[in-house]
Amino acid sequence: MTRYIIRRLLQAIPTLIGISILSFILVNAAPGDPITMRTFGDPRMTEEAREILRRQLGLDQPAIVQYFAWMTGLSVRQGDQVAMMTTPGNTCGYIGAINVTVCDGGGGILRGDLGTSIDTKQPVWARIVERMPATLELGITSLLLSLFIGVPLGVLSAVYRGSLFDNLVRFFAVIFRAIPIFWMAPILILVFSVVLGWLPTGGRQTVSLTQEFNLGDRIRHIILPAAVLAFGGIAGFSRIMRTETLEVLHTDYIRTAQAKGLSPNNVWFVHAFRNALIPLMTVMGPAIVGVLGGAVVVETIFAWPGMGRLTVNAAFQQDYPVVLGAGMFFAVLTIIGYMLSDIFYAVVDPRVRFD
Amino acid sequence: MAVDQVQGGVAFKGAQDQAYLTRKPQTYLGMALASLRRDKLTLVAIGFVVVVALLALGAGAITGAIGVEPNATNPANQFQQPYLIPYIQWMLGMDPVTAPTMLYKSGGVPHWLGTDQLGRDQLARLLYGARVSLSIALVAAALSMVLGVGVGAMAGYFGGRIDDVIMWFIATLTTIPEIYLLIIVNSIFRPTPLTLTLFLGFLGWFGTARFMRGNVFKVRTLEYTNAARAVGASDFRIMLRHVIPNSLPIIVVITAVDVGALILTESILSFLGLGVQPPTPTWGNMLYRANDFVFLRDPVTKDFIGLHLLIWPGVMITLTVLSFYLIGDGLRDALDPMLKNKK
Repeated sequence: MTRYIIRRLLQAIPTLIGISILSFILVNAAPGDPITMRTFGDPRMTEEAREILRRQLGLDQPAIVQYFAWMTGLSVRQGDQVAMMTTPGNTCGYIGAINVTVCDGGGGILRGDLGTSIDTKQPVWARIVERMPATLELGITSLLLSLFIGVPLGVLSAVYRGSLFDNLVRFFAVIFRAIPIFWMAPILILVFSVVLGWLPTGGRQTVSLTQEFNLGDRIRHIILPAAVLAFGGIAGFSRIMRTETLEVLHTDYIRTAQAKGLSPNNVWFVHAFRNALIPLMTVMGPAIVGVLGGAVVVETIFAWPGMGRLTVNAAFQQDYPVVLGAGMFFAVLTIIGYMLSDIFYAVVDPRVRFD
Repeated sequence: MAVDQVQGGVAFKGAQDQAYLTRKPQTYLGMALASLRRDKLTLVAIGFVVVVALLALGAGAITGAIGVEPNATNPANQFQQPYLIPYIQWMLGMDPVTAPTMLYKSGGVPHWLGTDQLGRDQLARLLYGARVSLSIALVAAALSMVLGVGVGAMAGYFGGRIDDVIMWFIATLTTIPEIYLLIIVNSIFRPTPLTLTLFLGFLGWFGTARFMRGNVFKVRTLEYTNAARAVGASDFRIMLRHVIPNSLPIIVVITAVDVGALILTESILSFLGLGVQPPTPTWGNMLYRANDFVFLRDPVTKDFIGLHLLIWPGVMITLTVLSFYLIGDGLRDALDPMLKNKK
């Protein structure tokens, strides 16, 4: 088992490297020359001074060196260049043996420095950490909702195959795949918030001066966004569980269980259900990606102070460091999600480990 | 037509005892069409898509005949309710006041589906929006199909290093939720309908490529491929004559479902304000503001006045996307000879 986990961890490394390369390319594709952005409106900036700054920032270096500097915060240059490269923000040293100067400017992606937000001048990481709990709260709630509703629906619809219930479940599973959540959300707001007045129209909690934590208030606020986000998951999980349960019902061990004279409930819900659950593990990764993607829309509509809304607002303000930082963060989150679902899969189904 | 041969069953031409010899062959296409003809739901979906496509193509003629334009604003006539119901009531003699009043306000032009916050005709915008939404989705789906089949076949065909690099590339890009990837790209390069189509196409082929690669691996080990190789067919010929045609049915299915998914993705981006920019209408960006109008009420009558702006674009998106999904499912059943034998 340990070996499997280690192998799975190692497999994530190339993907992480790929993500970092992609982000680096996008950072450099973003409009705006970094020199101009730092010195805009400064009358003392001569062409010569700009050239020095360009060299200090390492922008004259090959892309691979720049990538290394962006990742680690260490800038490297051939020869003894300590005097030229030293700035107020870094420390430089000359390594004679390999004839290079190395400067440590702090930061770098590997040290968790995703850059600075153009909009608020805060570190990107701080902005992400600030918004993350809200997104996790919404995402986990809606995942649990879709599991606890979607899985039973799928199993029951397989057990009562061909019945009215089965057809209804399948009908709604198809419909909810096609209804855009940004359309469903305003309709639900209209019905439950505006007309009936039962639930708040948006936000994570009622705005007050004290902002003290109130569980009832929080729950009232999360119901609509979590439900909207869960519809897709309910449709997906019920479809998968229906297929898997039908498949399991035709296996030999189910026939054996029936032949032993076990009650139908025992056969279906103890034998079949547990085995049909296993393939569900494999779709947890994609499900997490789906929820994170849907969060962009739901958070925007419900004014939910999470990462999706942060990303959309940053995209509007062309705050690229935040947009990219959020994208990278989601990529890492997804990789971890896939990894956990694979490992969990290997735990419940020993056959996987020996592939 | 091949369909008739299937339905006609056995054709008696020669002697009775030779009937089995003269039975006309069932072609693959004929069988697929026959199966499609029995599938009413898919036919309805195809019909709906055809109607929407025709309406989109004829958008200019239709709006011209009514006398409305998609971008003509009229500040004096914001949030006019759909003219359709008052018109019927007028014609039936139930309400002789409302419809003429509306006509007077709009300057004699009937706004069958009402007007938006700038007094623009919603029907015209829906029709022109259909043009933009459908053409973006269709072109992007075609692009991602070509890329997916090409790259996937290459990965499966060459294997080894090339396969590793391609799979690494796909794995990397699919870890970022697609919508975030599109938001990132669209915030860096402000999209036009053309560039948006390209982004959607270039970021949408990963699933097709994965499927194609798997299929190439599978088909390469089958007996008929071995047979083709034994008679001296080149790898290239095997690819072109056996592997790709063999995968074609499923690729058609994937592409049909893709069109639906792309309509959704495009409308999400436009809804967020990061897709096609106003005033060019798409179904997504028509919903962009409608979301705020849910709360809007008439100051006198307290009626909701923005709901028609919310309902119609959403109905169009849902029905169109649903149709493409149903067409995909229907084609899967029709084109899969293995499934047919089970029935």
